[in-house]
Amino acid sequence: MSEITKSKSGISNENANIEKIIEDQISPQDYFLNNEKGFLGLYDYNDQDFLIGFTTNAFHANRVYDLDRLLEKDKIREKDGYPRKIKLGRLVKPAKDGKDKTIIVPTTAEEKFYHWASDQNIGEGSPTGGSGDGEEGEVVGEESLRPEGDGEGEGGGQGQGAEHGMGADAYDVGRILTEQFELPNIEEKGKKTSLTKYAYNLSDKNRGHGQILDKKSTLKRVVKTNLALGTIKENEEIDASKIIITPNDHVYRILSRERAYESQAMVFFIRDYSGSMHGKPTEVVVTQHIYINSWLVFQYKRQVQSRFIVHDTEAHEVPDFYTYYNKNVAGGTEIASAYKLVNEIVEKDNLAKDYNIYIFHGTDGDDWDANGEKSLLELRKMLTYTSRVGITVAENSYSGSHNTAVEKYLKNSKLLETEAKKLHFDSFIASEADEQRIIESIKVLIS
Amino acid sequence: MILIDQHTKQIMEGCKVRAFDAGLRFGNETLEYIVTNSDLIELSPKHMIPTLYDYWLQDIQVLRGKGEYDIYPNNPFETVINTRPAISFYNDNNPDWLNVMIFYHVLAHIDFFQNNKFFSKTWDYDFKEKALTEKRIVARLRSQHGREVDYVIEFARGIDNLIGYFSDLDNTEDYQLLNLPSKVDYYFNTFLQAEKTVSMKFFLEEVEKYNSISANSPEEKDEIFFSKIVKKHPEFDAFYKKGKFVMASKNKPDLLQFIMRESKVLNEENNMWKQSIIEIVRDTSLYFSPQIRTKTMNEGWASYWHEKLFMLDDRIKGHEIAFARINAKVTSINHIGLNPYAIGWRLFMQIKEMADQEKYSYAYNKIMDIEDRKKFDNGSNLGNDFIFHVRENYCDSTFLNRFIDQDFVDKYKLMVVGQRINTVKNVKEYYVKSRKASEYKKMMMESLYHPPFIKFEKDENGALKLYHLFEGKELYRDYIKNTLIGLEYLWGNEVILETTEIDWEEIKKQKSEKLEPKYQKVLYRVKNKKVTKQKLT
Repeated sequence: MSEITKSKSGISNENANIEKIIEDQISPQDYFLNNEKGFLGLYDYNDQDFLIGFTTNAFHANRVYDLDRLLEKDKIREKDGYPRKIKLGRLVKPAKDGKDKTIIVPTTAEEKFYHWASDQNIGEGSPTGGSGDGEEGEVVGEESLRPEGDGEGEGGGQGQGAEHGMGADAYDVGRILTEQFELPNIEEKGKKTSLTKYAYNLSDKNRGHGQILDKKSTLKRVVKTNLALGTIKENEEIDASKIIITPNDHVYRILSRERAYESQAMVFFIRDYSGSMHGKPTEVVVTQHIYINSWLVFQYKRQVQSRFIVHDTEAHEVPDFYTYYNKNVAGGTEIASAYKLVNEIVEKDNLAKDYNIYIFHGTDGDDWDANGEKSLLELRKMLTYTSRVGITVAENSYSGSHNTAVEKYLKNSKLLETEAKKLHFDSFIASEADEQRIIESIKVLIS
Repeated sequence: MILIDQHTKQIMEGCKVRAFDAGLRFGNETLEYIVTNSDLIELSPKHMIPTLYDYWLQDIQVLRGKGEYDIYPNNPFETVINTRPAISFYNDNNPDWLNVMIFYHVLAHIDFFQNNKFFSKTWDYDFKEKALTEKRIVARLRSQHGREVDYVIEFARGIDNLIGYFSDLDNTEDYQLLNLPSKVDYYFNTFLQAEKTVSMKFFLEEVEKYNSISANSPEEKDEIFFSKIVKKHPEFDAFYKKGKFVMASKNKPDLLQFIMRESKVLNEENNMWKQSIIEIVRDTSLYFSPQIRTKTMNEGWASYWHEKLFMLDDRIKGHEIAFARINAKVTSINHIGLNPYAIGWRLFMQIKEMADQEKYSYAYNKIMDIEDRKKFDNGSNLGNDFIFHVRENYCDSTFLNRFIDQDFVDKYKLMVVGQRINTVKNVKEYYVKSRKASEYKKMMMESLYHPPFIKFEKDENGALKLYHLFEGKELYRDYIKNTLIGLEYLWGNEVILETTEIDWEEIKKQKSEKLEPKYQKVLYRVKNKKVTKQKLT
């Protein structure tokens, strides 16, 4: 068996479940759609392949580029002791009007020994070619180091892409995040009839035809019919040979479409867009919020409503992620304003009853209300109804590690201990945060 | 994916006749397919070879490709692959005149594939058929060994850029054998000691025997001596041949081959199947090697001919303006950046012109006066022959190195563009760094494909030792770890990599405005999938 060769040849066999894992690999879908099984099945043959030895799109149409299957493979890979291969990639299409388009795609790298001009950060970047007029030393082009904003300053990134990322792809992104980073599943609350989702089950009954014969109901009908026909009489012995069964008496269970009940979530994303958030802190916060939103979309099978709030000294609700993502940085910072706004919205719309409410707040940790008197007041109110408040402090490198106003007053308030279940907090230096760190932080916030 | 229609095929056949008359040489049979953009996305991880073996990371690349297409929708004009017959892929909605241009471009590519000597190893077989066979082998092995096949593919691909493409190209095996030990050396140094492990006494007796024969008949000493040896050890000749072969391949800088030969695990009986996969990965990489090493030339050559032949074509008069627009998009030279079509095309034009006037000659080169140089023209008109010679015998590095000269750089106002940060304006500036041909050439050379040069050996403890020859660029650090883990899997023992990296800590200590790069030798080790790194003093 192949397992034996495996253990000999160095694949980790520490995992006692190796049998199990191999079992897991073969799903019916794999059997039909994936020649991974090694032999060729019905659907692996086609004319082009076997008559003229040429593969065509007929073949490709048969292949399913199924993210689930790929993620499953990646998971097994990790169990074998090798690092994961599938990563999240962000593609950005810069546009002149500043409305860059961004999408998130699964991506991977084939690691090899490659040359890399690492010293490009020292002094000058590596030279390239060009053509045209100009003396030596003359500047022939320049590129802004910061993306152009609409005047006020700049946002975390631009684009309908964000919108795009929040739509069709968010579900897939969430799936990758959940799988890859083993983000926890969430508890259910306030199930509500879905308007869009249906469940199919055998709950309906039908006479004459259907999927499964309902014997008890059929018998009842038979008795009823025969009572009416007079073949069964009250207080008399039943003569089974006289009983007539019409096709109409057969009662079946039939597959039916039902509106599904689903958990719902309401997520508030709060972004500090004050002046000090310029650059990396904003990027980190926005990226994190994209990921969290994607993850929730996946967890709640798209039954997530998100609301977006930006604040400096005043808080505003913005209509969509696009605006949220692109809002330019502005003035000073007063965190309480945003918390207060959330509390007002929840109260006004009576959201606490029907929804799991999640609140994620991204800031650089600066607050004019340095002792947090106002903020803590609102935060305490918030904690009475939410499932989770997750606060990320993406510190500016100059503020020093774990030294921000927000971090200080949160720690002093002891809320992090008393409300440990609901209030999660993470802080790190924004400029040092890579994708891995951002996801680590998500884990802290939602685990 | 369907074949082009008869009408379009007729256009192609017409192009073939005209291209052949102009001197291009290619197999007469070609296949042209209409593909959708989605087909192309799915083919691109397989380098456009539809029959290439399956590998799950390609599927991820397809998903990524689809995402990319969402934001960068594009219609590629054509793609051509180096198979027999040559196959090319097209969009289905091109007008006839555009097809004429594209077909000439494709035919020039095919001519290049089939005549440039760097492709010589791909001439004797049809890669698509070979790949199909290999795809089936991989599928069969997968049924027997499951996902482990994917690990072998992955880790072999991890070093498939460290294969000896150039030494593989070198057919003069004899030349290499010349430097190998003589029969006598082999007998005493290897055969007796390593293969037979004879006693010291026996060994000395043999030496004595040889010396006495040598003293008596110095002319025929080897013949006499070995006639006796062969009687005693009939296997000697076979060993010698094999030994020579092993030593010859030892001299090749081919890490994959070395691992296949020397890795203990890979030579265990139940792991021999892994060798066939590694061989497939290696062959595939070898097959693509000439393509990446002739990119500029190949595109330049195709652009040169599509322009020339289109303008001469009598069938499509009246579309010159539409043609000019498309042609300019393809071949316009970047203000900032490098376009291989543009550079290659202009170089071929320049080479033809220079050769027509016989400027690649001593007579021309000794002229110093700039006016005299301009006027120089022997009127030999041998330019056409010369560019065919160039397309046959050059690859990008030799092509650019030989033909980029000051005349070329001046004529097209070429320049090296430097980048620097202007902190005052908060912009990145591009500036004219140099207009010297030597600097331009240097910059071009730097931008060419160049895998790291890594020497390797097996040390006394059985570890694989890799020495990266530092050429001013460090290895991409994020990839080192996984590549090493993969190497350990193939090697079955510890793997050690010595390389040079930028020392950021040292650089941070510098006080001056202008930072100087500091380098540090480091040693990576991988054992049981744990990678460690230490600085070497």
